[in-house]
Amino acid sequence: MLGVIIILIILLFIFNRAYIHRTRILAYFIEDTKEAKAIRSTKEVHGESFVTKYIFSTDHKMIAKQYLLTGIFWAVIGGLLSLLIRVQLGMPEMDLDWLEPVLGRWITDGRIDPEYYLSAVTMHGAIMMFMVLTAGLSGTFSNLLIPLQIGARDMASGFLNMLSYWFFFISSCFFLATLVVETGPPMGGWVVYPPLSVLPQAAPGSGMGMTLYILGFVTFIISILLAGLNYITTVINLRTVGMSFSRLPLTVWALFFTAILALFSFPVLLTSFLLLFFDRSFGTSFYLSDIYIAGEALAYSGGSPLIYQHLFWFLGHPEVYIIFLPALGITSEIISTCSRKPIFGYWFMVLAMLAIVFLSYVVWAHHMFTSGMDPFLGTVFTITTVIIAVPSAIKTFNYIATLWGGSIHFTPAMLFSIGLISFLMSGGLTGIIIGNSPLDIQLHDTYYIVAHFHLVMGALAFFGMFAGIYHWFPKMFGRMMNKKLGYIHFWITFIGTYLVFMPMHFIGMAGFPRRYYTFTAFQYMDRFNNLNLFITIASIITFAAQLIFLYNFFYSMYKGKKAPRNPWKSNTLEWTTEKVVPGHGNWEGSIPTVYRWPYDYSKPGAPDDFIPQNIPLMQTKDSNTEEENNILERQRL
Amino acid sequence: MTEILFYITGVLLLIIFYLVYKALRLLYISKKRPLTSVKSNDVNAYLMLAFLLLFLGGFWGYSFYVSDEGLAEAASEHGDRVDKLFWIATTVILIPFTLLHILLFWAAFRFRHKKDRSAKYYPYNFKLEISWTVITAGTLIALIAMGIILWSDVKSPPPKEAEVVEILGAQYVWFIRYPGTDGKLGKTDYRLIDDKNSFGMNLNDPAATDDFTPPRIHIPKGQPVLFLIRSRDVIHSVFAPHFRLKMDAVPGMTTQFWFIPKYTTEEMRSKTGNPDFNYEIACAEICGRGHFAMKMIIVVEEPEDYREWYQQQRSWVSQHPAYLSNHGNQNKYK
Repeated sequence: MLGVIIILIILLFIFNRAYIHRTRILAYFIEDTKEAKAIRSTKEVHGESFVTKYIFSTDHKMIAKQYLLTGIFWAVIGGLLSLLIRVQLGMPEMDLDWLEPVLGRWITDGRIDPEYYLSAVTMHGAIMMFMVLTAGLSGTFSNLLIPLQIGARDMASGFLNMLSYWFFFISSCFFLATLVVETGPPMGGWVVYPPLSVLPQAAPGSGMGMTLYILGFVTFIISILLAGLNYITTVINLRTVGMSFSRLPLTVWALFFTAILALFSFPVLLTSFLLLFFDRSFGTSFYLSDIYIAGEALAYSGGSPLIYQHLFWFLGHPEVYIIFLPALGITSEIISTCSRKPIFGYWFMVLAMLAIVFLSYVVWAHHMFTSGMDPFLGTVFTITTVIIAVPSAIKTFNYIATLWGGSIHFTPAMLFSIGLISFLMSGGLTGIIIGNSPLDIQLHDTYYIVAHFHLVMGALAFFGMFAGIYHWFPKMFGRMMNKKLGYIHFWITFIGTYLVFMPMHFIGMAGFPRRYYTFTAFQYMDRFNNLNLFITIASIITFAAQLIFLYNFFYSMYKGKKAPRNPWKSNTLEWTTEKVVPGHGNWEGSIPTVYRWPYDYSKPGAPDDFIPQNIPLMQTKDSNTEEENNILERQRL
Repeated sequence: MTEILFYITGVLLLIIFYLVYKALRLLYISKKRPLTSVKSNDVNAYLMLAFLLLFLGGFWGYSFYVSDEGLAEAASEHGDRVDKLFWIATTVILIPFTLLHILLFWAAFRFRHKKDRSAKYYPYNFKLEISWTVITAGTLIALIAMGIILWSDVKSPPPKEAEVVEILGAQYVWFIRYPGTDGKLGKTDYRLIDDKNSFGMNLNDPAATDDFTPPRIHIPKGQPVLFLIRSRDVIHSVFAPHFRLKMDAVPGMTTQFWFIPKYTTEEMRSKTGNPDFNYEIACAEICGRGHFAMKMIIVVEEPEDYREWYQQQRSWVSQHPAYLSNHGNQNKYK
């Protein structure tokens, strides 16, 4: 209900906004009359104090930076939690007493408490997936790139955009509070299945920690919905003259699809969490039944934990693609730019993403093959799950075909993009194994799964994010990041990530379950001790390499080399602004008009190896294709 | 094994040092650069090639090195079929894994930017797109077909003569119940559970009076066995890796899994050369503090030994006679 009301209010807002600006919006579609030009060239002028510029800013570029910095903050915390997990698994003898000032009673005799270990697992997952790779990745780049690449002055509603960040900020506060409450964060894994997440008798983290976790998620979902509506409206309505859908950069396509995915799946998570909240606080029995715990039979009856799982994964699986698509969108752009070659199979890339969007809504129950649901569902979801590999494969092939025959410049962004393709293959292919229900029986909830999703979702999206940061850093801060540090950062991270996650496949095949505090209780797990140590060392090195990145990021922000206007010789509109870091309104004069698709790299006959989207066909007669000449001819008539 | 890992680490570190050296040298090279200098491009391109060799070499080498340590031999009949499909699917994915990595890094190396190199304007090839779509889809459909046939066999209704074992998950222990001589499990109600009556058995039901609750699971070799799986607090999951068996224990419902064990515990001991070998059940669904140590042992015996063991078991009631006189209390849960 709440969700529906919120969505209605937001729709009202946006329609209202669109109505107020109808003349401006219409002007984008009118031919070049004098009035239209005049309207288009008016820059939104408003006084900017410190507060409206840096804190409650409605400028999409500033909001993007806010998302990015918050995301980086969370990435550090999420990374530290993962180190805690790895130290416990690989070096259980290590003395952790020095952590006592931070973790307090969760450290006993120099070892981390089993319950806090589970909390760390939970919070690592939730933070990385939602705070970093949803808000930090898609939040940053949707905000930064959508208006700039479609040639708009800002989002459809700058106010809602600001609201979306501040809801995310409130959500961050809840998550931070979850980490430090006395009874600990939730201990049920990031999926927080009931009854474990409902009953404080079962795990102390299901008390106050879980309440804060739910509040954090509710505010987060509000933020995502506000943002998503805004992105969709912007892409549909505010494209500049000539920017038809067939000329959208793939980044914008990907971010557009991501917003649609999020808009239709996050409300379901809201529902599932609201019912969970009712079960916890008002004693309803949506998810609980027949429970005897701590010497007491509880009054819940008639509910089923499977309902929660279905509702949860209805978001949970699209969420994977909400993380995955922006990274692929960013990479498509970078790979084409840095290999100086048009992206191969533009429409197949778009259609593959569209197929992923549709299919990702009907694969959720592959997380539940062993949950006790009807085996017939297992058959259905095996079919849809394995089929979703086809569009991903198409994208992979297209990437390699784009590289083939190019003239590849290894900028740090390009290196990370190539790393991303490698992860897409290594991690994506194992999805075919675990998506097949009979094989999932053995591998479900083992380290094989951990390896799979860390490669294809975690590492892949992180690489997308790194690539995006290295590539668009000049646009955000007007300076260049240091390339050499970027190279070193890439190679250590790339090799380190593989050293961490490849061995986990073998551990998983041997049947090591995930979320285990130690592997000492079982005879069949009495192997691979060295491998666990090895993974831990590799993960520490990989984490350390991120310090290079942090140094590079913050140093370059103030001391980096001044960036030229178009440092990567790219075609898209964000590089056509007068200033390197444009003010609010993006273009000082009129907004650019688009005459061509964004991938005219190395076009035969052209003097340079790139032709930006705003160069008219008139000026490039030597390199126009026959089709383009026909268009010119028609225009002249 | 550790040695090999150390060598790999050493080699990687050397690469990193070489890279740092190269990067530092590049500091002094020309100021006029297009996107990247040719020199740094060369370094990265060669590193791509080196990575390709190390990565695929390391992966395949290590795979063969631990081939007998990863997936141990299955000890159930459907397990063999699952493993067969697993290796077929693994082969199918390892071919593109290897080939595509070679293509990717080779492309990165071969088409690196050089002085006179210009890219080819080649945005589209419909035939190519269609052919790799169709080939991928075809392969996947074959895998799906094999998968769902196997799945429907594994999940088929259990044979009538299957030996029934009830497994009840509770926080950090598994409880086991057998139907006794009448072959029927008695009724239970969670409101009857207490310290001793861990299943909440309702003794008004005559079928419950001969049920027994041993500390370990005993099952006969070569005969179908049906696990009825329940939980009384949070979700657990019965995971017996040797039998390729996993099924969640969910409060409020009964789930099931049936299988046919192939080797007795004794046979496995001589097979693995480990005199202490035991089949184990682990918990595979996060359930709280003791999740990592929620263990149960399965003993697989020859059918004759199993029958003998079964006959020797005393019913739960005979060990707790006080519950019989407590009938009045239990009436309301009839």
